[in-house]
Formats: sequence, structure tokens, C-alpha cells
Amino acid sequence: MKDASPAKIYALHIGVIALLFALNFVLPDYHQGLFARIMALAVFAMGYNLLFGYVGLLSLGHAMFFSAGLYGAGLAVYQLGWGVPEAFVAGVACGALLALVIGLLALRTSGVAFMIVTMMFAQVFYLLILYFAAWTGGDQGLVIQQPSRIIAIGGASLDLTNPTVRYMSALALFSVVLLITLVLVRSRFGRVLVAIRENEERTKMLGYDTVANKLVAVVASGAICAASGAAYALLFGYIGSSFASVQYSILPLLWVLLGGAATILGPLIGTLFMYYVTDITSGFTSAYLLIVGVALILLVLFFPKGVLGSVRQRWLGWLP
Amino acid sequence: MHFGPHLLLAALEGLVTSAVLALTALGLSLVFGVMRIVNVAHGEFFMLGAVLAWAISTAISGHPAVGFVAALVIAPLLVGLVAFLAEWLVLRRLNYNPEGTIVATIGMLYIIQQLALTFYGPEARPVEPPLNYRILLPWFGYSGYKLSVIAASAVLLVITWLVLTRTKIGLIMRATQYDRETAQAFGIPVERVYAGVFAIGAMLAAIAAVLIVPISQAHYLMGQDPLLLSFIVVIIGGLGSLRGTVVAAILIGLSDGIVSVFFSPTLAKIIATLVVAMVLVFRPQGLFGTAAR
Repeated sequence: MKDASPAKIYALHIGVIALLFALNFVLPDYHQGLFARIMALAVFAMGYNLLFGYVGLLSLGHAMFFSAGLYGAGLAVYQLGWGVPEAFVAGVACGALLALVIGLLALRTSGVAFMIVTMMFAQVFYLLILYFAAWTGGDQGLVIQQPSRIIAIGGASLDLTNPTVRYMSALALFSVVLLITLVLVRSRFGRVLVAIRENEERTKMLGYDTVANKLVAVVASGAICAASGAAYALLFGYIGSSFASVQYSILPLLWVLLGGAATILGPLIGTLFMYYVTDITSGFTSAYLLIVGVALILLVLFFPKGVLGSVRQRWLGWLP
Repeated sequence: MHFGPHLLLAALEGLVTSAVLALTALGLSLVFGVMRIVNVAHGEFFMLGAVLAWAISTAISGHPAVGFVAALVIAPLLVGLVAFLAEWLVLRRLNYNPEGTIVATIGMLYIIQQLALTFYGPEARPVEPPLNYRILLPWFGYSGYKLSVIAASAVLLVITWLVLTRTKIGLIMRATQYDRETAQAFGIPVERVYAGVFAIGAMLAAIAAVLIVPISQAHYLMGQDPLLLSFIVVIIGGLGSLRGTVVAAILIGLSDGIVSVFFSPTLAKIIATLVVAMVLVFRPQGLFGTAAR
């Protein structure tokens, strides 16, 4: 890997954030809403990427962390009448706690067994949501009404149903997570994670506690995905069991593979691209799953490194 | 009805589930055992078998048995062909890399499911059973067709076992499973074995689906439950162990049948899935399997 000055790297990422900020004033209403959704979901993809891209652990159960945040925040507002900031923190805490428990169990396995175990825990989580339908709304879901989605700060109030507030809140979350992951993967800890991906035995032999490092990565990944879920519930006002289904475990995998695993901006590019592809094609066909399927197969066959992975390999060796 | 007959009914229903599950899971287990890959699209091959069975049996007029037998022969062959093509066009190019194949089979899952929705539609459609008599037990009458499903599945399982242990084809498959490179060095065409095993695995799922479709209808989402249950069976039975797979299928099918008669089916699924996840965490070789090499 060629080395680049940190200034160049931070400039690139802050530039991307600035671009997204500027887009708010340029985009038409419909696309402004779509972008807010994409940024919230890109956070989900970034959380997934932390584990899949950097540690090399392929989980098929991340929908449970996303929906832990979704339900943790959504139910706190809906059933307990909490305010928005407390609910968001509750959502992230739920996700982190769940990730800690799942990590302690699932990290005893590796490879194919890890995928199946995570998928099964996610399935249990999904069925639990259906089982406690009286509380969670089951597959009908719950709608969080506008009055409970207003943040009161001092005298002023922020209405999360207002498009600009929504866009800026999504952007704020996206920027914070982007910078956190950037700092994380460039730190010593991030280098250890990559070392585990490349050769776990050797990393262990060099004196690193690989299990503890992997556990921290699982919890961080779970917390980031939960933050995305909590934001999604509060910004768009709907929580439902479909967000916990297997499909939502597979979507972040698709987004990350498309954008480029183990790249910082890859998840955003993957989410953006897939969202627009399904949005455009859904105009003339309802067969959007077909596109997802074909995309997955073509990606693993021809672009296993994704968009930014290929860019990094060809031109920009310094891309984090 | 009293508790005893009720339990008997639950057990019979459970055995029908076990019979179908054993065939489906055997297909998954065979593919995993020989090729060392996890086929996430396995449930969709099951669904494809059921949907094709409906298409074939409605296309053929006359006695329902004629259409059913035609479906039982043609549907698995077509599904086998689809699986063969998928293996040849996609999995082989990925060099059977475990993570790559999982992603690719997830892709196949979506493609098959969406095509079924587009061409078959969202409705659940029944297939008429080939025989229509009820066996009268002292407490209740029971469908003769369901009993013949159990028998058919048992026969097929024995045939598969004989093929695997007593024939040259089985020997070649076991040799490939044991050590791919040595097998190749001895002149076994490993690639053709892989393609064949992948097709046979899908065909077993399709046969199971054709057998079950007169009881539960054909629907484009019907592949989800068998996939998860097959995973459960294969894991409890020990990945790649045929005897374990059958024992586990009977165990899971019976307990699923009995628990869901007396408790909520969702709760039954939650408990079963959780137990299996714990088995995989604490005893990765399965309850009956031997330690992985």
C-alpha cells in the first residue's frame, strides 16, 4: 500500500461530506428524501463493512442489529413516550448489548458455521418480533406519529418530519460514523483487525488477543448498525418486522460488495447505486429482487473487489 | 379427542414432515459433504419442484395419478438441469470459494424466487393427490396419501444409501468427498462429480416438494421454511453425515409436529432455531457427527 499524507485522506472525506451538504440545496424534493434514506442506510452498510471488510467475518444476521436499533428507539418513543435523543441512545445501546451477547456466542465458531449461526440468531430475533406482536406491531408494524418525532432544545424545536431537518440529521449521523470508522481503521486497532483477516494464526502468534479484538469489532459493528436502525425509525417514522428479515441481512452485504469491501466510502457508493438502480427499474418492472440476484452473481463473478476496491487497485493505492 | 389419539395424530403429521425434510436435507447434506459449499438456494430448488409439479399436473388431463406421476418424473429432472447449469455457469467459475458461493447462491435464490413470482404468480395452488382413500383408525380417519409419502421417502432414502455405499458412483463420490486432490490424481473427473452432486442435491429437494405439494399447496415463498429446517437437520445430524441427517430429520420433524400441535408454531420455531444455534456454537460437529478433519 502506498502511503498518503493524512491531510489528503481527511480532505477527501470531508470533501464528500461537504458535497452531500451542498446537495441538500440543489436536489429536487423527491431525491432529497431518497438521499436522506440512502445516507441513513449507508451507515448500516458501514457498520457491516467494519466486520465483513476489515475483519473478514461474513455475517448473515446483521438485520438483527439494525432492527435492535429500530425497535429499541421506536418502541421507546411509541410505547414509553421517550424523547427523541433518549430513544436514539436506547436504540444504540440495545444494538451494542445484543452484539456483545451474539459476539460472545458466535465468535466461538468461524467460517461457514459463523454465517449460519448469525443467520439463525437473526431468525430467532425476527420470530420474537412476530411472537410479541401485541407489543411490536408484528408484521403490520407501527407508525410513529409526527408529534413524538420533535426534538425540543431549549426554546427551539427540531421537527424530524421536515425534509431539510431530516436530510441534515441523516447527514450528521453519516458524517460522524464516516469519521469514526476512518479514524478506527487507521488506528492500531484497525491494523490488528486487518491482520486478523489476513492471517489469524499469525496475529495470535504475534501476541494479539484475536478473540477480544474480534469481539470489540462485533460490538462496534452492531452499535453502528443499531444507530442506523434507530435513526431510520426516528426519521421515517415506521418500524416493522420486515426490517428484521433475512433480506435486510443480505442487503448490506450487497451494498458493501458493490461499493468495495474494506473501503471507507464503498458502502455509500454501493447503497447509492443499488438504491437508484431499484428506484429507476421499479418504474417499469416490479421484479426488483431479480436485479438484486443478478447483481450479486455478477459481482462475485467479475468484480469481487467492488467499485472502490478496483479503483484502489488500479489508480489510488492510498485510498483507505 | 383424548390425549392419546391426539398425540398419535401429531406424531403422524410429524412423520410426514420428517419424510419430506429428510429428503430435502439429504440433498443439502450431500452438496455440503462432497463439495464443501453451502447452497442457500436449496429451498428455491424445492419451491421450483413444487411449482413445476403444479404446471405439469395441470397440463396433463385425465386421472390425477397420471399427472402426478408425470410431475414426479419430469419436475425433478428439470430442476436438476437448472442446478446443473447454475453449477456450470457460476459456481465452477468461483472455484467453490465458500464465501463467494454463498453470495452467488443468495443471488440464485432471489432470481428463482422472482421468476416464480412473475410466471407463476402470488397465489397458492393445489395439486390433486394421486390416490384418494382414507385409512380408518379407531379414533379418526387418516389420509392414505400421507402414509404413502412416508413410504416413498423411506424407499428413496434407502436407494440413496445403497447408491452411496454399494455402487461405483457412490465410491467415486465418497472418494471426492474424502480428498479432492487425491481423487483427481487417481483420474476421477472431480468437476463432473461436483456438477452431478449439485444436480442430485437439487433433485432430491424437488422430489420432496412434488411429494408434499398435494398436501400443502405450491407457493413461490414456500422454499424459506424447508431451507431453514434443512440447515437445522444437517447441523444437528453432523455436516455431511447421511445417517445423522436421517435421524435428525425424524427427530426435528416429530418434535416440530408435536410441539406445534400443542404450542404456538412461532414459539416452536423460536425454540428449535435457538437450540440448533447453540448446538452449532458448543458442538460444531453436530450431535451425531465426528470431529471435522
